Amino acid sequence: MAKYDKKWEKEVLKIADGVRMRVFQFTVEQNGGYLSQACSSAETFGALYHGLMKLPKIDKPLLPDPWQGVPGPNNPVHTGIKFNSGGKEGYDRFIMSPAQYALVVYAVLIETGRMDESGMEAYNKDGGSVEMIGAEHSPGMEVTTGSLGQGISQASGIAMAYKLKKKKGKIFTFLSDGECQSGEFWEAIQAASFHKLDNMIMVIDRNGCQCDGLMKPVMGIEPFDERFRSFGCECVRIKGHKPLALAEALATPHRGKPLVVITDTSPYHGLTFLKERSPKFHYVRFTDPKQREEYRKIYEEMKKERA
Amino acid sequence: MEILKRVHANNLVKWAKDKPEVLVLSADLTSSCEADSFRDTYPDRFFSMGIAEQNMLAFAGGLAREGFVPYVHTFAVFIYRRALDQIAMSVAYPNLPVKMIGFLPGVTTPGGATHQAIEDTAIMRSLPNMTVLEVGDATEVENVLDLAYKIPGPVYVWMLRGELPRIFNTPMEFKKPRKLSEGKDLVIVSAGLCTEEMLRTTKVFKDNGVDVAMYHVSTLKPFDYPESMKDIKESKYGVITLENHTIIGGLGTCIAESMAEEGIGKKLYRVGINDVFLHGASRPYLMKEYGIDVHALLQTAEKAIGKTLKYTEDDLGEVFIPALHSDAKPEAL
Ligand SMILES: Cc1ncc(C[n+]2csc(CCOP(=O)(O)OP(=O)(O)O)c2C)c(N)n1
Repeated sequence: MAKYDKKWEKEVLKIADGVRMRVFQFTVEQNGGYLSQACSSAETFGALYHGLMKLPKIDKPLLPDPWQGVPGPNNPVHTGIKFNSGGKEGYDRFIMSPAQYALVVYAVLIETGRMDESGMEAYNKDGGSVEMIGAEHSPGMEVTTGSLGQGISQASGIAMAYKLKKKKGKIFTFLSDGECQSGEFWEAIQAASFHKLDNMIMVIDRNGCQCDGLMKPVMGIEPFDERFRSFGCECVRIKGHKPLALAEALATPHRGKPLVVITDTSPYHGLTFLKERSPKFHYVRFTDPKQREEYRKIYEEMKKERA
Repeated sequence: MEILKRVHANNLVKWAKDKPEVLVLSADLTSSCEADSFRDTYPDRFFSMGIAEQNMLAFAGGLAREGFVPYVHTFAVFIYRRALDQIAMSVAYPNLPVKMIGFLPGVTTPGGATHQAIEDTAIMRSLPNMTVLEVGDATEVENVLDLAYKIPGPVYVWMLRGELPRIFNTPMEFKKPRKLSEGKDLVIVSAGLCTEEMLRTTKVFKDNGVDVAMYHVSTLKPFDYPESMKDIKESKYGVITLENHTIIGGLGTCIAESMAEEGIGKKLYRVGINDVFLHGASRPYLMKEYGIDVHALLQTAEKAIGKTLKYTEDDLGEVFIPALHSDAKPEAL
């Protein structure tokens, strides 16, 4: 654990703050966006990309590829893996399951020096790969996951392939909590446990929200951690937004079992003014130009504080 | 052009008022599918099913067996892709009155391949007992609930939401296409939002002296349109189909099958998504890139009639492109 100390945590918190600020900026610029996802997951993404996942160093921040078309007989698959392991032996893989979190991934890639800031010029633009709902061609994404519940199954398949090929490296999957309502998700957990895929690590952003509002009145999933244990996983549940706690959780021995870490997070962490939107956090939309202006002011003040 | 907002949301509440057997099921996209007003007005008839569509469809089958008429609401892809087996065995096989209301057809969303429904007609019409309907404007959005209700078995509907134009002033009818113009040279058959593109060509054809019979189809299954077949048979240059769907198994295929069965030896040109997936981009961009816009239609018409059409952008009729962000929908999808 020596590597993960207070100094490291401070660095992660700085990255997380940068991630939140970037997503905030884009939400105001684009007249709406998936902002609360950045609030709940910025520390998790920061910690994963700042050391918890074993990724090769990238000397010079990369640029997203131009749009190369959808896969087809004359067009091979293009993925965003170059921003992660680049497919190199011995490194970890990263499967980003809830594709609506794409902007958070782009932001963390910039904050950790893996993607050049100018790559965001293509964000949500026609004919660009930096899509609002990311797909496998988007930076940092390795498979197409926007149909919720499928990310974990694909990750399990990759984990199994790593076992068969005796490849080193873990398969990290980032998940949102709403997608864990789907049957496929539990089928995947069942299979991963059954096949003893202990090279699988799942980190779940338990922000308690989904499109229709808070999850509890929409479709409850508690006792969440006990469900995983009863399905044969090792499961650790921690308070979110604490990089050191995440580092410690990921160090939990889990021989012969997949490891699930549930991070209990807040959809307005770091941007407390969002709280008044409760219970509607899923997509931050401005009800009128005045509200957008208010948000812009808050953003600019926060930016100034950081200068 | 009259533009209306949240047509389905308002209509659903009004229409379902005195129908206690009508229930609404939703998979965490209640506002996105304009079922929020229903939920708030009739909370006892609304069921939140979570992000778990396979269960939702078979669950709806159970409700329908007991005499209820569930209107299942979610994005189209999460109906016909995610829950196909459940639909086939728990709904279509027992021929139950489950009405599936699928949103975000094809190019209407920048949400990428995961959200863009491009092969639903192909899949749903191949299921025995299934009826497939598609709406093209605000009027049809208002009419389709009752139309689906009166059909005894399962019905799949390609639905539109948000801001919509009103194109038609007469009600949508089951198994009856709208004939929008008469013509002996060429027949064009369109469905859904593509009809707006088709109508934009009216002046161009007129100015160029090409007589076109135009049809708008809203019942994709059953598909039996003798009048259009007669028009195709008697046309000089054959027929063009225009659809926001892959050319395999959609409107173009329906027309091809009918023509073959009738022994009509005319040329058929299918303008649609050419057997590829879409990706995340705006509607005008996608319509252009994938060749299902007014220009693609006119180019195909030139090929069909064997001459160049003279026109400028100004000759094209107006088209309504809804804003990505508006107060008519909860997100920018
Ligand atoms: C199978 C499937 N059903 C529905 C959707 C539409 N959808 C996108 S995001 C979302 C809510 C996600 O909630 P959650 O997973 O908790 O993520 P968060 O609220 O943190 O964004 C839904 C229903 C989808 N993408 N996939």
